[in-house]
Amino acid sequence: MPGQLITYRECIKQAIREALQADERVFIMGEDVGRYGGAFAVSKNLLQEFGPERIMDTPLSEAGFVGAGIGAALGGMRPIVEVMTVNFSLLALDQIANNAATLLHMSGGQFNVPLVIRMSSGVGRQLAAQHSHSWEPLFAHLPGLRILSVGTHEDARYMLAPALADPDPVIIFEYTSMLNLEKELPDSAESIEISKAKVRRAGKDISIITYGTGVYKALEAATELAAAGIDAEVVDLRVLRPLDEETIVASVAKTNRAFLVEDASRSVSVSSEVSARIMERCFYDLDAPVQRLCGAEVPIPYPKHLEDASVPQPAQIVTAIKTLLQHA
Amino acid sequence: MLEYKMPSLGADMASGSLREWRVKPGDRIKKGDIIAEIETQKGIIEIEVFEDGVIGELLVKVDELVPVGTSMATILTEEEAAGKRPAPAEAPREEKPAEAPAPAGSTTETLPHHIRASPLARRIAEEKGIDIATIQGTGPEGAILREDVEHAIAAQAAPAAGKAAVEHAAVPEEVTPEKPAPPVAEEKPIPAAATAQSIRMAVAAAMSKSNREVPHYYLETKIDMSKALAWLADTNGQRPVKERLLPAVLLIKAVAKALNDVPALNAWWENGLQLKESIHIGYVVALRTGGIMVPAIHDTDTKSVEELMLALNDLIPRARALRLRSSELADSTITVTSLGEGGVETVYGVIYPPQVALVGFGGITEQPWSENGMLTVRPVLTATLAADHRASDGSTGSRFLTAIKNYLQQPEKL
Amino acid sequence: MTQEEIKQALVQRLKSIAPDTEPGQLQPDDNIRQTLGIDSFDYLQFIVALDEQFGIETPEEDYGRIQTMRELTDYIAARVKS
Repeated sequence: MPGQLITYRECIKQAIREALQADERVFIMGEDVGRYGGAFAVSKNLLQEFGPERIMDTPLSEAGFVGAGIGAALGGMRPIVEVMTVNFSLLALDQIANNAATLLHMSGGQFNVPLVIRMSSGVGRQLAAQHSHSWEPLFAHLPGLRILSVGTHEDARYMLAPALADPDPVIIFEYTSMLNLEKELPDSAESIEISKAKVRRAGKDISIITYGTGVYKALEAATELAAAGIDAEVVDLRVLRPLDEETIVASVAKTNRAFLVEDASRSVSVSSEVSARIMERCFYDLDAPVQRLCGAEVPIPYPKHLEDASVPQPAQIVTAIKTLLQHA
Repeated sequence: MLEYKMPSLGADMASGSLREWRVKPGDRIKKGDIIAEIETQKGIIEIEVFEDGVIGELLVKVDELVPVGTSMATILTEEEAAGKRPAPAEAPREEKPAEAPAPAGSTTETLPHHIRASPLARRIAEEKGIDIATIQGTGPEGAILREDVEHAIAAQAAPAAGKAAVEHAAVPEEVTPEKPAPPVAEEKPIPAAATAQSIRMAVAAAMSKSNREVPHYYLETKIDMSKALAWLADTNGQRPVKERLLPAVLLIKAVAKALNDVPALNAWWENGLQLKESIHIGYVVALRTGGIMVPAIHDTDTKSVEELMLALNDLIPRARALRLRSSELADSTITVTSLGEGGVETVYGVIYPPQVALVGFGGITEQPWSENGMLTVRPVLTATLAADHRASDGSTGSRFLTAIKNYLQQPEKL
Repeated sequence: MTQEEIKQALVQRLKSIAPDTEPGQLQPDDNIRQTLGIDSFDYLQFIVALDEQFGIETPEEDYGRIQTMRELTDYIAARVKS
């Protein structure tokens, strides 16, 4: 469907449908995924198409159904467990951190856990501090997990299949604010490597390194910067654990400057880690200090203007980079 | 007016601490005079001046630790000094800096620390051999950025490159802005006391730099020492034991004469090859506590073997006592190491930068030797050359080793 | 001057040349230079200093013959007396 616009939500839905069709071991479970069609309408009508055994509504117990998902994965199934928002995932953190992430290690390599957990994350729909946090850094800290962040329509459409193919647990962060966003999807269903970051825009003056909602913001900022004669490269991390250091290093070695953007609050964030890796690997390539634009150190507020103010906006990226490069 | 700066006594020296001024303002000095004692990693060093003149101001206080390149004193010409005489009241007693401007204040511009530069700018400047202290920064708070270095490179390409290289020879080659600034307050500086450990670290720094940066090549040859030893036995037989000559002086002299024939190895590599006119052989003295000192035997080629023996008698004990003069530490144009007494036959040395060659002598041992189709036993010495392949090639090195070998066959002419 | 006094003088001098060693523990037939790790330069200085201390003169042909404690004490004792 070249040239046609498609929503981020539709991309995710197509990916799930395709996975259900391709492998009968795949099923989806979570709160309201069936009859209600998903809290964000991602799985709408799938119950009718695939039946209740594969589109499974669960009780309101994250610890319970994530644990059941781990059990199903151990038993040979390929479950996609949907956790409604990242905030609720903490109720299942024991299952995720102490079981899913560790079983392969603790069984001496005998038990893989081929589980995929999808969760909605981030601000954008005035869902306040109960539903809107960006806690990717919390999960990216845990060894034993692969953490993916879906920052583009392309990844929304094509990341699920390789995630399901991974024999070990994968957590996919999707972004509520982008569900209705329409973009063109690239023509071909290219295979996506879920071990690699991706350069979304090549440039030579500065590397904007980001993920999730930061990707489109950075691309928007880069377009504006280009008008001012600044050629910014945009690196979409995509994989927050394990980090693809080589792509980061190659980009910074080329541009000699790094600007990190993320919605998560700044302290002990993904950008903290990326910054440290740049220092370790690229110190002598740096012509300016690494700078960051991150979320404010607050629980996400409810009012729209405060919600907007709590995370980086494209205009801020443009201003900060122009300031950084004013001498260049 | 000239500024006398903390000299760099080797690639490994970053700073020195003033122990004593041997001069005071108004003193007349001649080239080669010792004006101060400084304490470095390699012991207490007497430092010498390189110009005639009159001491103007002393800018560094006793016990002050200052980086290489810091102005320590001003040296006036006779005319300048005469001009200054009529108003002696303005500088009553320089040694008591009660009202005199603080040294740090008057020298901030020449201090190499506190340079704000991006890591990339520093790296490019170092790769291109540009002193970053000479570059004007245009970045935030005056920081030097890549662009500034690139402009400086473009600007420097215009004037004669040779001039820049000569300037560099006199100025410390390594800017060390990472070093902490000398304390301006009353804080007691830590003197760079020479200990077995500090000497170890100095050797470590120089050798690491060498192995990292210098592409070494090695050549080796065996030398029949029977004529040299016979000549030594003969000449020593006619001397009191006090004037006895050791084989080392013959080796050193042979190297010096060979350098006259092959001057390409008597050089420094600093922003390109710089041939040295005088031959100052650095002779490696091992310290019993570990580490080495390499004092220069000045104008080795012009000294007779007797004079060389006297020079060793003077230098070796002072090297062991860590009491060398600055020129002895800084002037060597090539290094000779003689490790044979420990019993080893062959020495593969590491060049002491910025020199471009090192000659290693093993022990003299009796070995089967064939000559003119006859097999015999001779005292044999293995000589090796470690040379910098940026500065010379194997054919040059080969001519040099062969020259040493030939000179040692005519010991009476050395 | 007794052999013991000569030996004490030798030990003292060797100790100043090689402070990290124990010359007092040298056996009579140990090679001094090899045992204490003294190079040719220091050994020459050592012999020169002994010559001055004992008022003797060591000629070249003897230089190679005084390598052990026993050789050296005997050599000096014989010369000091004569």
